[in-house]
Amino acid sequence: MTDQQTRPAPAPVVPSPPGARSGPRRGLSVTAIVVWVVILAVIVALIWASWKPRGSGYLYNAQNQHGWFVNAIFNPQSWGQKLLVMVIAILLFVAIMAVILWVIDRPRVPNGVVIAGFLGPVVIALTVGLLWSAVKTIIQSFQKFDSAGNATGWTGFANYGKVFTSNNTAMLVNTVLWIFLVPILATVVGLVYAVLVDRTRFEAGAKALIFLPTAISMVAASVIWRYVYYQPSAGNRPQVGLLNALWNVVGGTPQNWITKYPTATFALIVVMIWIQAGFAMTVLSAAIKAVPDDIIEAARIDGATGMRLFWSVTIPTIRPTMVVVLTTVAIASLKTFDIVNVMGGNLPKNNILANAFYNASAVQQNGLAGAYAVLIFIVVTPVIIFNVRQMRKADSIR
Amino acid sequence: MTTTTPPLIVEPEVSSRRLKAQLRAQDAKTKLSSPWASGLAVLIAVLWTIPTFGLLINSLRADPGPTSSGWWNFFGSPYGFTFTNFSKAWNGNGGQPLSQFILNSVVITLPAVVIPIVLALLAAYAFAWIEFPGKNILFVAVFVMQVVPIQVALIPLNTAYVNFGLSTSFWSIWLSHTIFGLPLAIFLLHNFMKEIPGSLIEAARVDGAGHVRIFLQVLMPLLVPAIASFGIFQFLWVWNDLLVALTFSGDNTRPITAGIQSLTTQFGQQGNILPAAAILAMLVPLAVFLSLQRFFVRGLLAGSVKG
Repeated sequence: MTDQQTRPAPAPVVPSPPGARSGPRRGLSVTAIVVWVVILAVIVALIWASWKPRGSGYLYNAQNQHGWFVNAIFNPQSWGQKLLVMVIAILLFVAIMAVILWVIDRPRVPNGVVIAGFLGPVVIALTVGLLWSAVKTIIQSFQKFDSAGNATGWTGFANYGKVFTSNNTAMLVNTVLWIFLVPILATVVGLVYAVLVDRTRFEAGAKALIFLPTAISMVAASVIWRYVYYQPSAGNRPQVGLLNALWNVVGGTPQNWITKYPTATFALIVVMIWIQAGFAMTVLSAAIKAVPDDIIEAARIDGATGMRLFWSVTIPTIRPTMVVVLTTVAIASLKTFDIVNVMGGNLPKNNILANAFYNASAVQQNGLAGAYAVLIFIVVTPVIIFNVRQMRKADSIR
Repeated sequence: MTTTTPPLIVEPEVSSRRLKAQLRAQDAKTKLSSPWASGLAVLIAVLWTIPTFGLLINSLRADPGPTSSGWWNFFGSPYGFTFTNFSKAWNGNGGQPLSQFILNSVVITLPAVVIPIVLALLAAYAFAWIEFPGKNILFVAVFVMQVVPIQVALIPLNTAYVNFGLSTSFWSIWLSHTIFGLPLAIFLLHNFMKEIPGSLIEAARVDGAGHVRIFLQVLMPLLVPAIASFGIFQFLWVWNDLLVALTFSGDNTRPITAGIQSLTTQFGQQGNILPAAAILAMLVPLAVFLSLQRFFVRGLLAGSVKG
């Protein structure tokens, strides 16, 4: 499914485990079976424990009395305790890894045990943490929950029905606006800028300026834009927000940009474009530089220059990359809730799908939150499959 | 879904690059000689920089500062220049001190970067260099898991943490970031491992090296750039994350992003330290960005679909 098909697979170099010196170790061995049964048992135990009603507190219960060390490990308060628990966590992890590597490095260790050592931790983490969690979320999206977050029975598609009610119209419309406007505008800005600064003296610095917002957190970005959209000042006091000050200059009445619908949604979308344009610019710039010279030279000989060269040579050549950028940014826009959460003032009219999920999960509405999460999943999956195909196409062109 | 990105930034060979440079220099002459083009570039650059610049200015303004007038009043205005906002933010100004949040971010980030990288390296080695039945199916399964949005896993994970008594502790946050980082990490590191010539590993095997020695002594040194790229990506992802932070952290474990988020909901006196707090929160990512830009871009490109 992945690179095995796009690239000739290297010959299997390591046909047998290190113990091979003492004879081939293929086939089943009792030890290997035992090790894998243990891994399976761990997975089952974790799933069973997480399936029970909330609040068992197997490892730690804050209500009980504990010694200072146990409290430090599970509920650190001071600087020292926090650093201590971090060091302990890393040492514990290193110790476990050392034991695993030591065991599989013994001579005559069966192949199955070696594989269990390399893959076991990942198999447990992904099976319980992602696979099982996803399945449970799907199950929960068909269940009813009480206010404490405990399942109280099945409810069919009622949770999905709640998503598509009239209260949520603004949320659904906003989500569509986000996943179309952000990628398109970020790509346009990124592409234009990449072309404009390409091979100029200031290229590195100019790109760094645009790329900067991609590096910082979206929470910080939201604080930055707060001082652009700041609410209007009362009376004759000076405006705090840049946009209202400029709006004043051109003769408009200052307004609260992030509470009015639909202005607010566009205002928040601008923030996301501001963040994502740097990503688009960087990827597209790399693609533009990778356009083969012979193609450009051929077009030049045919008399194409400037804009013509750009539209009929550069754009078609980088089209697969553009599609990848568009879809990647679209997925990011769908999954991101930070900006709406921090700037949207929790107004239903500013909401988007990812933030609706967060709001539902924060108040233990597991069924409704599950429905939102599954919807995100459903929308994302075909886009990513499409994306992977485009990437393979982009790879084969080069 | 991340396959193309590493090749995208593979640098062209030296000879063709020189030729290209000549051609493009010629090209650039025609292109940027247009004043409209340069004007547009400058306009975009200014538009993209002004908001951040405004925040920086606001963070340096003395009371009544950022809540009473726009940052542009800083130039030639009665409101002075000061660094006290930073010390006030660091010490909390009556609320929770930013230093605590930053400590929590550090405590969260280090294990949340180290653990998935090590686990993914082990798994990637097995997928790349050990033959075993069911390998392809397992690898495809891991690959497909990159598709899963983390929202889908959050609530069941939280229930599990509550049951184990780990909720709001650092353990829940470390485990979550590890789980969410693994599929991408395995996939990327596997791609890099596959590109290491098989003859190298064969030679080590002939010398009598087992899997562990090959892994630690032959492959590890060659993988440093790949580890750096993913490490920086994961580092920034964890440091900048808000969703996992809000879902799993408690009063004692809240990282900087959640701290800033709660500051934005408090007005009054906290409004004046908010810009300084945000600048402090941006310092670490910016330092990483400026010092390790090459790895950073590579990692960001490769990991852009995560989340």
